[in-house]
Amino acid sequence: MIIYIRGAMKDIRVLGTGCPNCNRLVERTREAVDALGIEATITKVTSIPDIMAYGVMSTPALVVDGTVVLAGRVPLARDLERLLVGTD
Amino acid sequence: MLEWIADAVAGLVSGPGAAASAVHFFVYETLKIGLLLLVVTHVMGAVNVFFPVERVRTLIASGRMRGFEHLAAAGFGAVTPFCSCSSIPLFIGFLQGRIPLGVTFSFLITSPLVNEVALALFLGMFGWKVTVVYAVSGILLGTTLGMVLGRLDLEKDVEDWVWAIAEKQATEAARRTTGRLRAISEDAFGIVRKIAPYVLAGIAVGSVIHGYVPTGYFESWLAESNPFGVPLSVAVAIPMYSSASGIIPVVGALVSKGVPLGTAMAFMMAAVGLSLPEALILRKVMRPRLLGAFFGSVALSIVGLGYLFNLVY
Repeated sequence: MIIYIRGAMKDIRVLGTGCPNCNRLVERTREAVDALGIEATITKVTSIPDIMAYGVMSTPALVVDGTVVLAGRVPLARDLERLLVGTD
Repeated sequence: MLEWIADAVAGLVSGPGAAASAVHFFVYETLKIGLLLLVVTHVMGAVNVFFPVERVRTLIASGRMRGFEHLAAAGFGAVTPFCSCSSIPLFIGFLQGRIPLGVTFSFLITSPLVNEVALALFLGMFGWKVTVVYAVSGILLGTTLGMVLGRLDLEKDVEDWVWAIAEKQATEAARRTTGRLRAISEDAFGIVRKIAPYVLAGIAVGSVIHGYVPTGYFESWLAESNPFGVPLSVAVAIPMYSSASGIIPVVGALVSKGVPLGTAMAFMMAAVGLSLPEALILRKVMRPRLLGAFFGSVALSIVGLGYLFNLVY
């Protein structure tokens, strides 16, 4: 069972230098957020120094509330849903 | 089994032997290459779960590879899936881990050159011997060039802002979702789906060549007798980065019609390993001199390997 607290705003960041894969990850993350009906801000992080600060070496990467949960791949929206609520 | 299906389909085609031969080639190669692609992308995906680039960096930086870190970097580069959009984070990440520039180059050269898609296509078109020769030469090329470039004192040709970031201590990001079988499989199918149109187009062109071009046709054209065949094919191949997965089946068919294997191998190495978009991306972190040394030395080595293969085969 998935339990999440409504109203707890999630801070989601998509790290990537702007390649097609990064844009696809942003789209799918948005789909996942909509499907879950959670409150979240999705921010794109494109500057290399900022990306490197997360210790990520393969892009695109996904950071949820300050934790890197994904790097170097673009999963399906339904898998992103599980990542976002932390059951994966 | 695959042969039997292809025979059955080709049997349905009435008309000249060339058409049946082309159809047979198309069906057989599509089935075989499709299966190989799925197998190889799954295997490589699984390997990558155990050796994500972050862990590779830690391993090389730890000094446990001392003495053969160039070879190790090239080997890891071979099993790491390559994406040109990750080149910069990768490059800076390695320097951040205090990994020498030359070792970083060993990784950077081998990663696109020896990749899962190229290996699967090589297995399908040329069999395992040529595939092993290709993979081993790719890894040795990355190892050697990394050693050479590392001795050229090129650190000053890395853009200053890169060193500014690299000065900061690397933080290791923990990834939560790497060890899942289903994720590996999804990624593998994703890769195959993405390249499928190119591969199918390549096999289609290859089928036409196979069915309609007489055997030995190209011997007069690009054979050992033409001393400039190798450098010419490398020059032509460099702009073909985006369709590398479609080129290999075409070249496979050309080889069966008399194009020398070394020339073909050099062409494919250049198409797979040297890409203009990657050069443009890397220009942000490397000054022109370094970028030139990098791409120039790889191109020259591929030409050399092409001549060598033509001599051996």
